[in-house]
Amino acid sequence: MTEFWNWWVIIIVAINILGCWGLLYWTRRIKESEEGETTGHVYDGIEEYNNPLPRWWLNMFYITLVFSIGYLVLYPGLGNFKGTLEWSMEGQHNNEVESAKRLYQPLFDKYADVPIAELAKIKQATEMGKRIFVNTCFGCHGSDARGNPGYPNLTDKDWLWGGSPEQLKHSIVNGRIGAMPPFGANLTASQVDELVNYVGQLSGNKVDEAKAAAGKATFDVQCFVCHGTDGKGNTSVGAPNLTDNIWLHGASKTAIADTIRNGRTGEMPPHKDILGDAKSHLVAAYVYSLSNQ
Amino acid sequence: MQHEAIEKNIGLMGILIIIVISFGGLAEIVPLFFLKDTTEPVAGLKPYTALQLEGRDIYIREGCTTCHSQMIRPFRAETERYGHYSVAGEHVWEHPFLWGSKRTGPDLARVGGRYSDEWHRVHLINPRDVVPESNMPAFPWLEHKLIDSELTPEKLKAFKFLGVPYTDEDIAGASAAVEGKTELDAVVAYLQALGLALKDKR
Repeated sequence: MTEFWNWWVIIIVAINILGCWGLLYWTRRIKESEEGETTGHVYDGIEEYNNPLPRWWLNMFYITLVFSIGYLVLYPGLGNFKGTLEWSMEGQHNNEVESAKRLYQPLFDKYADVPIAELAKIKQATEMGKRIFVNTCFGCHGSDARGNPGYPNLTDKDWLWGGSPEQLKHSIVNGRIGAMPPFGANLTASQVDELVNYVGQLSGNKVDEAKAAAGKATFDVQCFVCHGTDGKGNTSVGAPNLTDNIWLHGASKTAIADTIRNGRTGEMPPHKDILGDAKSHLVAAYVYSLSNQ
Repeated sequence: MQHEAIEKNIGLMGILIIIVISFGGLAEIVPLFFLKDTTEPVAGLKPYTALQLEGRDIYIREGCTTCHSQMIRPFRAETERYGHYSVAGEHVWEHPFLWGSKRTGPDLARVGGRYSDEWHRVHLINPRDVVPESNMPAFPWLEHKLIDSELTPEKLKAFKFLGVPYTDEDIAGASAAVEGKTELDAVVAYLQALGLALKDKR
């Protein structure tokens, strides 16, 4: 605050306190009127006594003045004067953060260098990871980590980007962007239908055998680059395994046809700024523990 | 002087009342109009794009502030969950600010980048598709209604008048920027822009 505003605040506060005191003092000095004397107004037969303010009530006012002076000495209120306690909102927040750090940092430190696979067996570590998970990850993966349509279930062994500890942590820290391009323009309606039958067959579902055989021919031209010739997917590009009967965007023939025609995009935002390394490590351990008991 | 001198003279009483109640404001509010902390934008703050600004209007129209605040208070419990506490310099271009005072849903001051665009779409159309426990209302009409691009330049001009540094090109390109966009596109763009200036400072 500049010098001008500093003094502006100080002077107004001082005038305020002195003014209140002066007003009270003046009120007190008013000669007490006769007990029972009225102000003289009469409204519908109702009259008003002209008694002075009760002494106890006036004294409470004086107490508030004393309180305000005590407050202004201890806390910031007079312009740039910080108060003898040097209290500030930021200071209070930083103290809270510091004391929490003293409490929790040893725990984070203890687990920072433990490999994720081992950490997943330590109950305290996974419990910590779970707390962070339900606070940060629930929006997409659900509070039970079983996912939602379009957002993978983390409790099974099916991984788009790989389920190794390193791959898991990479997904959490740096995020992932997966995209299946739309094939609607390249394929005829019957080709799409044949592909739907073929990928259904890959997952062991009952399908039209003839259509599936025709679909395999299209698959081997259009789809194998990402999903592999065997349809088992590719974790380096986030292409799902099509042989495990797990369907992120819906298992119905309509949903699969929609995926082929219009493509899909999946995005996991990076969490390095949101969680930081120590917490990401614990979340990775928790997620790893869900499918590796 | 007796108190009846004041009580029976409404003009004098009015003047004295104004003096008394203006003291608090003069000491606590007026200096803030002249402090750099409260009048200057934080480093890296960007004005909303035309699409984001339209999204902000829909955010207001749909009453999102009824359940979502945009104000992270300086308490650890909040900064741990939402990120760096809000500072005045982030809100200098907000007219009006949307801090809100009720949190039925989470604070959104730094929701930008937390979820994917696609998540926001699904979530706004029906929150329960991604968060089964959610009690947020669905806003399915957003994806069917187009932004009225005719009014967009006027909105930017109004904000420019209030001190937001929009350039003439921004205003000239405003209609084209929102042409054919749905209200859903606009809200998602707005949400993804929230709180980015101090995002990395924790």
